[in-house]
Amino acid sequence: MRNAWIIAKRDLGSFFNSPIFYVVTTVFLIIYSFIFFNILNFFSFQSLQAGQLQAMGMNLSLNEMVIEPSLQNMSVILLMIIPIITMRSFADEKKTKTFRLLLSSPVPLREIVLGKFLACMIVVTVMISISSYSIGFLFLLGEPELGPIVTGYLGVLLMAGCYVSVGVFASSLTDNQIVAAVMTFGFSLFMWVIGWGAQAAGATAGQVLQFLSIVDHMERFLKGMVDTSDLVYYLSFILLSLFLCHRVLDSNRWR
Amino acid sequence: MIEVENLTKYYGPRKAINNLTFQIAQGEVVGFLGPNGAGKSTTMNILSCILPASSGTARIKGYDTFEHSIELRKIIGYLPETPPLYPDMSVRDYLMFAAQVRGLTSKQTGSAVEAVIEKCSLKNVSHRIIGRLSKGYQQRVGLAQAMVHDPDILILDEPTIGLDPIQIIEIRKLIQQLASSHTIILSSHILPEITQICQRVIIINEGEIAAVDSLEGLTASLRKSERLSLTVRNASDDIEKKLNSINQVLSVLPGEKNQFLIECALNSNLQDEFARLALDNQWGLVEIKPLSMTLEDVFLKLTIEEKDVKA
Repeated sequence: MRNAWIIAKRDLGSFFNSPIFYVVTTVFLIIYSFIFFNILNFFSFQSLQAGQLQAMGMNLSLNEMVIEPSLQNMSVILLMIIPIITMRSFADEKKTKTFRLLLSSPVPLREIVLGKFLACMIVVTVMISISSYSIGFLFLLGEPELGPIVTGYLGVLLMAGCYVSVGVFASSLTDNQIVAAVMTFGFSLFMWVIGWGAQAAGATAGQVLQFLSIVDHMERFLKGMVDTSDLVYYLSFILLSLFLCHRVLDSNRWR
Repeated sequence: MIEVENLTKYYGPRKAINNLTFQIAQGEVVGFLGPNGAGKSTTMNILSCILPASSGTARIKGYDTFEHSIELRKIIGYLPETPPLYPDMSVRDYLMFAAQVRGLTSKQTGSAVEAVIEKCSLKNVSHRIIGRLSKGYQQRVGLAQAMVHDPDILILDEPTIGLDPIQIIEIRKLIQQLASSHTIILSSHILPEITQICQRVIIINEGEIAAVDSLEGLTASLRKSERLSLTVRNASDDIEKKLNSINQVLSVLPGEKNQFLIECALNSNLQDEFARLALDNQWGLVEIKPLSMTLEDVFLKLTIEEKDVKA
């Protein structure tokens, strides 16, 4: 683990010294904030209407009507942003031939893969953490429930972990950063929409497709529930992608 | 120290190296010589534990480079043809990183980096960003990363490629200083470099070993004739004819300004004959000099003759 952390630290230094991190984070925050404040605006409009029509007996919840859709939208933005963060991982090392430094060092390949994953995950976590100012804002205005917020963020982080692991894997397949980013986006999007084919696929196949859908597993996290099957799904997804990445890099040495 | 036996490596269907066998003793400085695509870098990559061989074995200190690669990487310093430099890092940060991934502890890292900065004369640029350094300094940083963990073995793939003559001399001096305390394997296209630095030469051609010997040994084994240079002041019109008339002279080639390159039979010792002829004909003898075979001659003889034989 020591080597993984050394490699992650170097990559983090490179991220924070380059304009890419600042541009990507700014774009992410602008889009997220725009969506968040529109949702909040819609919520306040609904609240006003509910106040005027008390007879309707509507129970408006900040968690359900603001935080839940905001986090859902955040996961869509991350789908587009994360490939830009992960595309450098191995593709850039291979292109600039710096990967030979790591390959000739006494560092097992698995620690190199883990280090790359860790660096990207930390960058994404920093971005998500900055965006949580919106939740603080809600605590100033009202009294949202803390539990679903914590599990919701856990769900977003796990989903981001899946995107990152796919990104690191895609980056190991090529020395072209653009190709790596497109592959990451394409595969992540596919895993997002795979559940849409459930109805047409029949009962059993439909259930399988539904289970494979990356977005379906987040629903319960957003509702404040932590289901073991969702945790197992996300963690297995991440481990499988990192394992494939390891195999690709190892097989490169034999070809 | 290094034992290579029947080493073969395929890239897909293409055979990059074929049945290489050689040994390198501790403290030796060995030069890898060969045309582009001969298999030098592939061999160096296998010895650096980066690539596994398709068949055959490479052992360092008795340990297999594939099976014990993690342990061996701690005692090997590798400088690839393109130095593995992160252009956005400062020299010091980069060397700290290289030291850490090479397994040095936090305590050892600081002193090791300072020592290598001193050795490679990088003190003036240690805080500068690598991407903004000259090619010569970048090459020095590349060399510094290879030796930051004080390895027993240094593998240097074309360490002076792309440098200007002054930078080449600087890097060459540095390698010569290191030669006293390390086993060094060096590949180069610059043949005089190999002559100056290396004790032994391994010539690889089309993935196979063409020769392994000291330069003197190679020259002696390939020499089938002797060459002399004769310089006079007043060459007569029939000088070539008269030189050719001497028994055991094989050929005479006119050179620059009354200079003649004479090829004679091996051990013919004709210097006295030439001197007498020059005096008798009043040519005004300036110099008679035996010419030794250069590494260029050896290299071309081995690589081109081998091609001819194969054809």
